[in-house]
Amino acid sequence: MKIAVCLKRVPDTTTKIVIGSDGASIDETGVKFVPNPFDEFAIEAAIALKEAAGSGETVVYSLGGDAALETIRTALAMGMDRGVLLQSGGSTDGMEVAKALAAELKDQGFDLILFGKLAVDDYNYQVGPMTAELLGLPCITSLVHLKVADGTVEAEREIEGGVETSTCRLPAVLTCDKGLNTPRLPSLKGIMAAKKKPLEVKAVDLGAGTVEILGLELPPERSAGKIVGEGPDAVPELVSLLRNEAKVI
Amino acid sequence: MTNRFSGVDFYDMDSLLSEEERAVRDTVRTWVDEHLMPVIADAYIKGEFPEALVPQMAELGFFGANLPERYGCAGLNNVAYGLIMQELERGDSGVRSFASVQGALVMYPIYQFGSDEQKDQWLPRLASGEDVGCFGLTEPDYGSNPGGLITTAREADGGWVLNGTKMWITNGSRASVAIIWAKTGDISDASSVRGFIVPADTPGFSARDQKGKLSLRASDTSELLLEDVKVPASALLPKSSGIKSALMCLTQARYGIAWGGIGAAMACYEEALSYAQNRIMFDRPIAQTQLQQARLAEMLTEITKAQFMTLQLGRLKDRGTMTPFQVSLAKRNNVNMAAECAREARRLLGANGILAEYGAMRHMANLESVYTYEGTHDMHTLILGQEITGLSAF
Repeated sequence: MKIAVCLKRVPDTTTKIVIGSDGASIDETGVKFVPNPFDEFAIEAAIALKEAAGSGETVVYSLGGDAALETIRTALAMGMDRGVLLQSGGSTDGMEVAKALAAELKDQGFDLILFGKLAVDDYNYQVGPMTAELLGLPCITSLVHLKVADGTVEAEREIEGGVETSTCRLPAVLTCDKGLNTPRLPSLKGIMAAKKKPLEVKAVDLGAGTVEILGLELPPERSAGKIVGEGPDAVPELVSLLRNEAKVI
Repeated sequence: MTNRFSGVDFYDMDSLLSEEERAVRDTVRTWVDEHLMPVIADAYIKGEFPEALVPQMAELGFFGANLPERYGCAGLNNVAYGLIMQELERGDSGVRSFASVQGALVMYPIYQFGSDEQKDQWLPRLASGEDVGCFGLTEPDYGSNPGGLITTAREADGGWVLNGTKMWITNGSRASVAIIWAKTGDISDASSVRGFIVPADTPGFSARDQKGKLSLRASDTSELLLEDVKVPASALLPKSSGIKSALMCLTQARYGIAWGGIGAAMACYEEALSYAQNRIMFDRPIAQTQLQQARLAEMLTEITKAQFMTLQLGRLKDRGTMTPFQVSLAKRNNVNMAAECAREARRLLGANGILAEYGAMRHMANLESVYTYEGTHDMHTLILGQEITGLSAF
């Protein structure tokens, strides 16, 4: 089985975000970048599927600047076989990224192309399904369970109030959700081995795109909590505050 | 969701680390957050080493990580190795001690003083955690003066017979193999000390835990008894030669402890800072009081100084020019610094600071052991004094 994982380098979710001087991007100074956490579910799934099959190849792709090489090496340290950086300045238009990925991935003979269901920096949910569409492949999104047997994918996704089971033939594009697996940590030997694994850099030109980010704003700061009292005596005041101050009831 | 530790890095030390050093640090850091932190308070209160963690640590490559890959080790440089110890001790000194003993005091002497057969036989099994080791040097009456040890090894029937008592042995009751240091010659001759690999199931070898510890409670500390323990000639570490061989192992372990102290101090600083920001007293966070700010400023200053000193120590070790005296300075400084941070953090936390739910008092109690073991603070003072003046005061 030959499996591709598409990986994005994103700011660590615990990073304190500062808006850049242009008001439309984040200030990357001092920001720690990590593999997109949802993509880690895809990496784990790819490695586990190859381990279970006993043979195959797992390839990690990332689109971005040279800094994404480190992110790719993290995936190699976890156990992916080789990496490809599609070197570009990136795009705020998911379609442009999907076009570049599709152009690279087509005719490579992948049985599965895996994504995280979204990237935690832009929350677009776009690139996986768009890539599938451009490649003319079936796509199942937000998987929490995955079984591959006899050229068929059986997948479960959590939907509002229930679980949906679906199936499709390989090759296919899948996007992965939290709950699919527990991504392994890169072992220390894996970190050393990653330095010796093949990592190809290919320059790609992205189109201008049709989506432009006009501005970014931080959410309003949460004000401090308030303790209104203890026990039944506090209930009337609590109800009054919820109704009149917080306006939630 | 697990709380994530983001480190203390006031002077951008990260920019002086390689990508692989940071990756190693991050793996251990995440593992500590996800697997050690949820169990450590309970293990500490129960006085139990969290043994379920050993296979995970082995799988990730924490044991003997700076030894070569051909023995199943990760082949890391010494800075990356130090960062492992830093992160483990950020969790707990007892768990770091386990890894220190396994790597620096059991695998290192086999690697450094062992035959090829001994290395091939033992190192992969110790790296994988199948075997757990302990280091038998200290004796009831010979702590700071290990050269005076009175355990003996006598040649008999083509092998050796060992007799003696060892004390304060980390992992002693848990170990499947012990590195035992014994005198092969006259009891007054420290140059006759040699190291032996003694499987714990050898008749005459027994271990019993030392009870009643108020420090390093999540670590086993044992007494070893050797009563006519017969081992084959192949048990001798052939390249071990005199007490200095044992001291070389201690230099390795102390190097890791110097890093470990930074980890414990970071944990206490982070906890103190977070607590100070959230604890409201007199209608404002206690972080807005001068006394607590002074505590935090002092901690951050000491941690930052220790980080750069210890990073350079690691670079010297990788270059092959590190001296035992430089290790003494770092061990002495960093553990004392960490103990001070832990005490100040505990005080900043007020009454909550005495609870196991917080780490400060556990670290504070642990660090009293670390202050005393692997060369007491005072002995390192005298070692430095001797190096400075050329005159020995001990």
